[in-house]
This record gives sequence, C-alpha cells and structure tokens, in this order.
Amino acid sequence: MNIDWFFIIEKIALISGVLALSLGVAMYSTWGERKVAAIIQDRRGPNRAGFMGLLQPLADGGKLFFKEEIIPTLSHRFLFILGPSLAMLVACMTSAVIPWGDTLTIGGRQVSLQVADINIGILYIFGVVSLGVYGIMLGGWASNNKYSLLASIRAASQIISYELAMGLSLIALLMLTGSLSLKDIVEQQRHSYWNVVYQPLGFIIFLICAFAECNRTPFDLPEAENELNGGYHLEYSSMKLGFYLFAEYINMFISSALMASMYFGGYSFPFMDSLGLDANLITILGFVALFIKIICFLFLFMWVRWTIPRFRYDQLMRLGWNIMIPIAIVNMLLTGAWILYKQG
Amino acid sequence: MQALTDRVKPVDRRPLNFVEKLYIPAILKGMGITFKHIFKKKATVNYPEETRPFSPVFRGLHILNRDEEGRERCTACGLCAVACPAEAITMEAAERKPGEEKLYREEKYAASYEINMLRCIFCGFCEEACPKDAIYLTETFAPSNYDRKGFIYGKDDLLIPDPKKK
Repeated sequence: MNIDWFFIIEKIALISGVLALSLGVAMYSTWGERKVAAIIQDRRGPNRAGFMGLLQPLADGGKLFFKEEIIPTLSHRFLFILGPSLAMLVACMTSAVIPWGDTLTIGGRQVSLQVADINIGILYIFGVVSLGVYGIMLGGWASNNKYSLLASIRAASQIISYELAMGLSLIALLMLTGSLSLKDIVEQQRHSYWNVVYQPLGFIIFLICAFAECNRTPFDLPEAENELNGGYHLEYSSMKLGFYLFAEYINMFISSALMASMYFGGYSFPFMDSLGLDANLITILGFVALFIKIICFLFLFMWVRWTIPRFRYDQLMRLGWNIMIPIAIVNMLLTGAWILYKQG
Repeated sequence: MQALTDRVKPVDRRPLNFVEKLYIPAILKGMGITFKHIFKKKATVNYPEETRPFSPVFRGLHILNRDEEGRERCTACGLCAVACPAEAITMEAAERKPGEEKLYREEKYAASYEINMLRCIFCGFCEEACPKDAIYLTETFAPSNYDRKGFIYGKDDLLIPDPKKK
C-alpha cells in the first residue's frame, strides 16, 4: 500500500485554506455590505469597532453566539436544526471545484490551486446549489409558522424557476467551450478573449439568475421583511440565524467566483504569458486578479441591492418563465447556429 | 375640466415603449445615481470626536457666573425663576453672614439653586431676566444620563470655577 502523504497534506491544507477564505470573505462581505449601503446613502457605516470598523464582523458574530437559543415548541426540532446546517454545508461545498489559481511549484511538486479538478465541475456546482434550497425549505417548514412557510414556498419556486434559465444560459457557454471542467474553461480564456465577449447575453441572463439564486435584491422575496415579518428565518435566533445569513454571503462569494471564472477569465489576466515572470509569481498574481474580479462582482451585488426596489411576486415569476427562459433558449440557438457557421 | 391653478402638469400616460419595457436603461440610470452618491459629502458627523459648529447665539447648558474676585454674583432675586416659561428653576435664598464677604458679592445669596435640564427648553429668558449678570447659557448641551435625578443640576454643577483659585 503506497499512500502519497504529501498529496493528502496538500489537499487538506488547500481545503482548509479555501474554507477559511470563503468564511473570511463572507464575514467581511457583511462589513462591506454595511459600508456600501452607508456610502451610497451618504452615511459613514460601521466605524467604531477597530480601524474603519474592521472588527465589526467579529463583534456581530460574538453577539449572535451569545444570543438566547430559542427552538419553538411546536416546531419539528430535528429539521429545525438541520435547516441552517444544510444551508451552511451546501454553501461551503461549492468552493471545491473552483480553480483559485494555476499550479504552484513547491520543491519540485506541482500543486494545483484547485481542490478537485473534476470533469463535471459545473454540473457539480449546479447539483450542490440545488440542494441549497432544501436548507431554506426545511427551515421555513419546520418553524411551524405561516410566514416562514410562505417564504420558503416563495424561495423554492423562485430558485427552481431561475435555475432553468441559468442552466440554459450556461448550455450556450458550454457549447462554445466544449468542457464542463472549470479549469479547462479558464485555461481556454487564458489563450483567447474572455467568454463574456462571445456570450454577452448569456452573461446577463446568468447574472440576473445569480441574483435570484442568492435571494438578493431585487429578488429577495423570501426575505421580504415588510411582507413576511422576516422570511423563512423568522423563528430562528442566535447562531442558527447567523448561519442562514452567513450562507447567503458565502453563496454570493461563490457565485461571484463562478461568474469571474466562467465569463471573465478566472485567474487569467491580460498579458499574463508575455510578461516573462516566474511561473509561481504569475500564479500568485493570477489569484490576486481573480480576487479583484470577485470583489468587483460582490460590489455589484451590493450596489444593485441599494439601488433597485424589490419585485412583486407575479412579476418575478413572469420575468423568470416568460422572459428569461425564452431569451436563454434564443441565445442557445444563436450560439449553436454560429458554431455551425464557423465549422462549415 | 378647467384647471384650478396654473401649476397643473399633464401626466404622461402613454404605454411603455420597447426600450422602456426592457427596464435595463432605467436600472442603469438608477445605478448611476447611487454611484454618484459614493463621492458625495457624508451627512454624518462623527459625534464624540467632532461636533457640528454652533451658531454664535446657540443656547446650551447654563452656568452661574462669578465676579472678577471670585464672588458669586447671584443674589437669589428669583427673576430668572419667574421668567422661566418651563418652570425649571428653583432656588432658596439665604443671608450673607459676617466673614462670608469673600464668597458672595451682595448681602443675599442663593443657598441652593437648581435647574431641571429635562424641563428646561433653553429659551434663554433667564439670561435676559437676570439683573446681576449671574446666569448665562453656554455652547454645551446636557450629557446623557441613566436617571432623572442626574438631570437636576445644582449649584456645584452650574457655578464656574473660582478665577482666583487657579
């Protein structure tokens, strides 16, 4: 039996790193969200806890941990606890197949900055993201509260409807790339233009659907405070509530990373192969480039949230089924026709 | 119908055209507006570190004045209490005893002088009523407190420090 211990250590380090990264980014997204909201509304935002309020996420987390844990008597106890756990687990799982950078060479070993380069990466992400709706559904249903139930019904139908358009817009992209592996897709963009040049319409559809999948404004109907007293996490308190809110921010981070990888070149940046720098340095710069792209997307998420009012529920459904899906199909047909034209 | 004023504006009730139905231009316009606000001046003042500049006539917390030799000017005449529309001022008068000439300017003085800052409306009538230049309103305002008692300011809170002693 010959176990490659270095491989195991390498993967464990990478998994911990990616997990810490997504949790850290999600933590500071809450800070960023409050800061962006503040500066858009001519305010200052959190600035008391630490320099520029940078310790605010820690203070918030500490507060949530020390809050009283309330499990309603009439709730389904097991599912009530399973809900936020599932939401958090699923949110953390998606980061496994995202290529965070090219390979590093450490002591003669090629270390790929991707936890698992599986050849069905995008399918994996879609499968795991679809599971995410169970966290919301279970939480809303197990609370035994009509508002929570309404919110979770909304969430389920919204996420299922928008997943269709999202998948259709992706099929057009996959027809171009011919691969489901995210690593391949990024490598292809490294040697030519970014995919957003070939798929502008597909990108816009994907972006809108990503907003809907993350329950972000203008599609934050499952969390419509003024209609539903808070949404599917109405009965939750303490860190169980924190997990739901946190999972949302992790999802935002992952979908930003996904959009950056699929449409904006991932870890590749212009002229990266003609600079003549050391390969390791290029890899690190590529990671930084990916991060800058992700932060731009996160800013976009927040910017839109503080600009656009919420949709009405029937408008949301009409947009999803009557507009998004037909446009996505047309986009797919056009892409197919273009590929055929190029071939022959 | 005949318009009742000359400020009537007709409302455009045409159905939305194709570009408007896309909503994208409107959304981009809105996002442009919110983006512009990032660079605007912040309306918030970082309160404990910085305060809003007051106008020269700002009326804040009261002080009881002393004369240049450090003697209390107040003679407990009660005109401020009479002038006070909120009835926030109470005082008790006392007679100056021999040997206290260094402390009080005239034969009568205020043994106790209290202003309830929760009742006070900071109108400044007491300042205007005072014939002895004894009470003035300053540019500070009452700090927060946990109970009502803390807002009743006695003589030790109001009197300015003795200029002779420092």
